[in-house]
Amino acid sequence: MKLRLWSIVALLVVATVLVTACGGGPAPEPTEAPGAAPTEEESKPAEDESAGTTKVSMWSHAAGNPKEIGAVEQMIADFNGQQDDYEIVLESFPQESYNDSVQGAAIAGDLPCILDLDGPTVPNFAWSEYIQPLPVSEAELDEIGIIPQDVGRYKGTVYSLGQFDVALLIYGRKSVLEKYDIRIPTLDEPWTKEEFDEILKTLQDSGEFEYALDVNAGWTGEWWPYAMGPMLWSFGGGMIDRDTYLTAEATLNGPEAQAWGEWFQALFEKGYVNPNPADIEGFNQGRVALWYNGSWSADPATEAWGDDLLFLPAVDFGEGPKIGAGSWQWAISATCEEADGAWEFISYMMEPEQIALMSETTALIPTTPDGAALTETFSEGGKYRVFYEMLDRFAMVRPRTPAYLTISSEFEQATTLIRDGGNALDALDDAVDAIERDIEDNDGYGFEE
Amino acid sequence: MADRSGVAGERKSLFGADAGPALAMGGPAFFLLLLFLIGPFFAGIAFSFTNQRLVSPDPTEFVGLRNYSRLLRFSVLRLEPLVDEETGELMRDEEGGLEYPRSREFTRDEENYPRLTGLTEWFNIHIRQKRYVILAGDPAFIKALVHNFYFALVIIPLQSAVGLILALAVNQKMAGRNYFRTIYFSPVVTSMVVISIVWTFLYDANNGLINAFLADFGIEAVNWLGNPTTAMPAIMIMSIWQGCGLQMMLFLAGLQSIPDSLYEAASIDGANAWEEFRFITLPGLRSTMIFNFITITIAAFQLFTQPFVMTGGGPNESTTTVILRMRTEGFREQRIGYASAIAVVFFLIILAINLVQRYVLREEE
Repeated sequence: MKLRLWSIVALLVVATVLVTACGGGPAPEPTEAPGAAPTEEESKPAEDESAGTTKVSMWSHAAGNPKEIGAVEQMIADFNGQQDDYEIVLESFPQESYNDSVQGAAIAGDLPCILDLDGPTVPNFAWSEYIQPLPVSEAELDEIGIIPQDVGRYKGTVYSLGQFDVALLIYGRKSVLEKYDIRIPTLDEPWTKEEFDEILKTLQDSGEFEYALDVNAGWTGEWWPYAMGPMLWSFGGGMIDRDTYLTAEATLNGPEAQAWGEWFQALFEKGYVNPNPADIEGFNQGRVALWYNGSWSADPATEAWGDDLLFLPAVDFGEGPKIGAGSWQWAISATCEEADGAWEFISYMMEPEQIALMSETTALIPTTPDGAALTETFSEGGKYRVFYEMLDRFAMVRPRTPAYLTISSEFEQATTLIRDGGNALDALDDAVDAIERDIEDNDGYGFEE
Repeated sequence: MADRSGVAGERKSLFGADAGPALAMGGPAFFLLLLFLIGPFFAGIAFSFTNQRLVSPDPTEFVGLRNYSRLLRFSVLRLEPLVDEETGELMRDEEGGLEYPRSREFTRDEENYPRLTGLTEWFNIHIRQKRYVILAGDPAFIKALVHNFYFALVIIPLQSAVGLILALAVNQKMAGRNYFRTIYFSPVVTSMVVISIVWTFLYDANNGLINAFLADFGIEAVNWLGNPTTAMPAIMIMSIWQGCGLQMMLFLAGLQSIPDSLYEAASIDGANAWEEFRFITLPGLRSTMIFNFITITIAAFQLFTQPFVMTGGGPNESTTTVILRMRTEGFREQRIGYASAIAVVFFLIILAINLVQRYVLREEE
């Protein structure tokens, strides 16, 4: 009897070990509010099916973000109410599991008609033939006035449109800059590399701060290419040759890229930047002088510093200030049978009123001038107007190629290696080799010489 | 371990009279195991010989051993120091060290060095002014494998030892021992993600509790997770703390199954405490110990959550593990075929280790 009991205990223990070993999903993305409980909502039961309305299915990643999903539901309700041809049926997912759901559904051929995709992944979905081109002409895009970086394209064809975006900037404090006699930069005259180096030294030497600058170096994933890529671009380097999309040699490991790598490494070597901050409160608590971060932190920063807070443009390292672009964008799946209805709803969402509604509820930056004009915060004179202008003037899209998933991953590996003191050129060389091998394995991802 | 001795003789075949109910009861479990465990296992082996991608418009192709050859290729490249063509002297860098050509000049030179194509420098050593570069098809995987072994070799003895000490401690007849048992066991039932996040705060170089504590003893702040030499030990300490409660519980069960009569007999024979421990307790815990060994080994090789949450594999790739690599290759970069090859190789390695363990720890007749 004892032995029998023992083996049951043993089995239970093995099960526990396996469960704990497999437990734990990926950490939440930094850009969004922590996910709330997953919700699944079927918007409105089909009351008027008999009236000849066609159902159009739609997925959203925003279940964990009450504001964003609220805006989406509002738009759907308005759209469903104002016409009788189509009824949009929403299902929403928390962001952490959304990409898995989309991948799974794509493989199973089970995608909804309308779905939102993270901007840089759009070319990969287009290449995989999971989404279809949008029936929109360049002239119509001009009419909408959408910021070009918020249009998802693969080989020139339009596949997705974004209602909102975020901007990268440097958070600073007026009192601090004045105290140390530092020029307050403007969008027309941002800090130059030499100026910035000097400023970091001054702030660090002052002894008032643990670190002169915080770049959220402890985050993982897309933050690295999104935030550090633009610095590389401003140096004159790149992640891949954007003429052919076939090679990264001399772009990601050329002299400009090497110069960027060595400069970036020096930030950590000289102790200006914390390579692994445990929290994001450094700037808001006054432990850090400057904060390189996205516009999503404007509210908490304003709460912390009020009128003293400054929104400063990214540094000009030679090629002008650059910031990343491309947030969640709406696309139509290739298997969608109601593409007309899907497009009707997407064009409805791109109307200024809907873009303004989304922006007002979520505090994200509207992607059209007409949309921005209708909001309080992003219209001329609004408190966050500067973010719209930064996006309009400095935004550069991440490489529009299906290889981007590999580029992003390899770029993160190389950049974190550089942060940790590895040889910059070696790290970039390895990234180039891995990216080129991946492109070769996939026969150029649809690009030809 | 199963207790079948009394029954074995009576039963002639597996499909005796009880076959119906047995199948009915076992069926659902067998079906699920087949679907979610055995099926994927063989699918993974099949994928490892293809260029299967997570998503792709191109059909999956059979690529033979390409994934394996990328994973397991090695080569050595001998480099002569650079010579200044004008003076004929050896070139030296600012610190007086010899200069060598970069290994990439050879690995990217397909025309002259086809056998080196696709290889990357893993590390290099110097012998008599010559630099020997060890090239590997996938140094990141090899490094991750080395980290897994490092982690397992430290964790297995330490975690067992700590678990045993705790078990001996809470086995004493003292007040509040259930309280301590619960405390020590609680990390085991807490989510590893939560624990990893909490320990990231504890380890913080500037504001962390651990450095604040060390500062009281005049020890300088250590950048636990930011330094390549301390990052892995920091993860080990945390993992031992998290996992030892389970070993404690198992040892406790083992201790209580040792009959008191043995200890009584020993004390009559005049054995001291150490001798009782050495000759009664330890042999009595033998099967518990083997079981602990195997479970810790498996858990140690599955190391993923802690580095994923706490360091992302850094700093300087010092905490990458094979499972982390598999995730990066398979999901982030979508190379399912290659990730499957990693899984197969890793499976064979763990299998070999378990066979060796079984052989070493076999019951001596």
